[in-house]
Amino acid sequence: MARIGVFICWCGSNIAGTVDVDRLVEMLRRVPDVAHAENYMYMCSDPGQDRVKTGIREHRLDRVVVASCSPRMHETTFRRAAASVGLNPYLVEIANIREQCSWVHQGDKEAATRKAFNIIQATLEKVRRNAALEAIRVPLTKRALVVGAGIAGITAALELADAGFETLVVERQPEPGGNVRRLYKTFPFHEDARDILGPRVEALRNHPKVRLFTSSRVTAVEGYVGNFRVEIATEDSVPVEETVGAIVVATGYRLYPVERMGEYGAGQFPDVIDALRFEELLREAAEGGRPVTRPSDGRPVRDVVFIQCSGSRDPENHKPYCSRVCCLYTNKQARLFRDLTPEGRAVVSFMDVRTDCKLTEEYCQRNIEEADLVYVRGRVSRVWQEGDRLRLWTADTLTGEKIELDADLVVLAQAVEPAPGFEEVSSLMRAGVDQNGFFQESHIKLRPVESSTRGVYLAGAGQYPKDITDSVAQAMATASKIQSLFAAEELSQDPLVAAVDPDRCSACGLCVPICPYGAREVDRAVGHSRVNEALCQGCGACVAVCPNKACRLKNDSPEQVIGEIEVFTAGRLES
Amino acid sequence: MHPFATEVQELSGQNLSRCYQCKKCTAGCPTVSWYEWPNHGVVRMIQRGMRDALLGSKTIWMCVGCDTCGTRCPNGIYLGPIMDALRSLARREGRRVPEPAVLAFHEAFLASARRFGRVHEATMLAAYKLKTRDFLTDLGVGLKLFAKGKIPVLPKGIQGKAEIEKIFRLGS
Repeated sequence: MARIGVFICWCGSNIAGTVDVDRLVEMLRRVPDVAHAENYMYMCSDPGQDRVKTGIREHRLDRVVVASCSPRMHETTFRRAAASVGLNPYLVEIANIREQCSWVHQGDKEAATRKAFNIIQATLEKVRRNAALEAIRVPLTKRALVVGAGIAGITAALELADAGFETLVVERQPEPGGNVRRLYKTFPFHEDARDILGPRVEALRNHPKVRLFTSSRVTAVEGYVGNFRVEIATEDSVPVEETVGAIVVATGYRLYPVERMGEYGAGQFPDVIDALRFEELLREAAEGGRPVTRPSDGRPVRDVVFIQCSGSRDPENHKPYCSRVCCLYTNKQARLFRDLTPEGRAVVSFMDVRTDCKLTEEYCQRNIEEADLVYVRGRVSRVWQEGDRLRLWTADTLTGEKIELDADLVVLAQAVEPAPGFEEVSSLMRAGVDQNGFFQESHIKLRPVESSTRGVYLAGAGQYPKDITDSVAQAMATASKIQSLFAAEELSQDPLVAAVDPDRCSACGLCVPICPYGAREVDRAVGHSRVNEALCQGCGACVAVCPNKACRLKNDSPEQVIGEIEVFTAGRLES
Repeated sequence: MHPFATEVQELSGQNLSRCYQCKKCTAGCPTVSWYEWPNHGVVRMIQRGMRDALLGSKTIWMCVGCDTCGTRCPNGIYLGPIMDALRSLARREGRRVPEPAVLAFHEAFLASARRFGRVHEATMLAAYKLKTRDFLTDLGVGLKLFAKGKIPVLPKGIQGKAEIEKIFRLGS
């Protein structure tokens, strides 16, 4: 017979205020294979954990149930405590009597105590059938792949290469540099984008640890963290296959096409352009020592209207999100334009001015003052041509009036959207995207640079609109994460994964397409299906689909689940 | 910048382009209930060059110049001097003043200051009352102040009267 210990936590008054923890101990002591039961005010505290350790030693416990909060809170805490005194951590289970009992049954102590007892009994059913498991060991290839050679990808690659890890960089364009190549000067110090990018690109090209693939794309990815097999195809040559341990997705952004903004006449009037095009016009003018000229007829531009939030913050027709960088670059562009054309006029149509980076509020306000920029709060509703000039309808919501504006040039601060091809990268890497196509981080606060797939990391504006500062910071964070991954000699993984009973498996193959992680394959040679334990996340889809009940989850077998349900149905469940 | 805005900026010495329309001036203004447009709206209208609307308005005459707005403004813009500039422009252009009593008070105040080098309340109030032909309003308050000796009967001059006269001549 097993010797199970049950440790009941009060969680202060969170549990003990609603559940009669003393009665639980009495009831549990009457269960034949419960060798020890006790309660304590805070079981997760150091003295609480010591009670668990002492209990295991003194009562020679071979299984433990901790009745406390959700396993998401402290499962690891108690498994570690048990392991420290020699008990296999997978023989420890949590009975959640806080979120699923005391918190939702306040005021009914009798019923809550009964339910807590049922939850603990169900967990006892599970732990009785638990097996002692060992963490899965996976070999590790200390080489990285960076997809995309914009400022984020370049930064991540250089950080990794400088740390001594070989890094492959795959860029779709013939040149590295991404969108920063098109920028003129950067906020808030008007440093030339070429001065920022140039040395980094040079370093990338000449680094002995970097292998740069331009005009290339990743065409296949297989495997898992530590052991991805990737295929890289370069124009007009045979694809190469490489093994990498980690992947950085730094695919970046593009501007939402101007043609989608029908009401602004984009695509129809050559003098309605997007902001990246205006960066180029500014550079051409500054380097040619002349004012900015119009794309339509080459005449100098006197009046410019900048339209912010063009395609952003419009959930009905375009993008629901704020593109984050437009407020600042528009302010910068208006400033640089006025510096080149002192007699010109720069009007900025805005809804709000959001300056969320260091020094940018001061920068923005200074430009408005010094360059006399005219900010009009309201959304432009129409742009049309009259003679050889453009006219605009907008409102000044600060005076409540409808107004008309004249312009030689209209610059649209287009929404930032994921660079084309993100769908392909997402499905290759199994890295999820959100409803807008931006790569989804594993946890928005605590795991902001990890994707939904282990070993695949995120950097740059492909995850969400970012300026250079933030892209570089995220790329460096990503490189650090990979370095801590590469610091180990091999990887260990939770063994709570699927297993196959070869005697029952008929090799029907239903488990292969249902697996969301690509962890299943049918081995025709041996005549049954296999589980790639490094890829399996233990979701149980294969268990549900298997017609022969040949698939099972370790320590979560159908017998265990049914045993737990039977506690709650008091044996009324038909088998 | 609109030429009207430049004109007001020069006259008032206030930097209008610093305004980011936070509306704190309006929130603290004790007389905004008598304005056609709130304080922040006035700044915006100047930026937009809405000369006629402003110079003919009641707003510029109802401001008492307490400068609560300027004391609180995060960008250091004082609306008092801006209102002065607007009143001054309205007078120069001979605009109709929608609040004649306020104008009468200003004139009586300035005349008294010019004559004595400082304001003499008794004669200033007499002049104001004669102009507006309203003799009863605030009479009770006036008598109370007089009883407490706050309104001296005879005017007291100052030493720098000549300099004061110089200021008036420069301003007109």
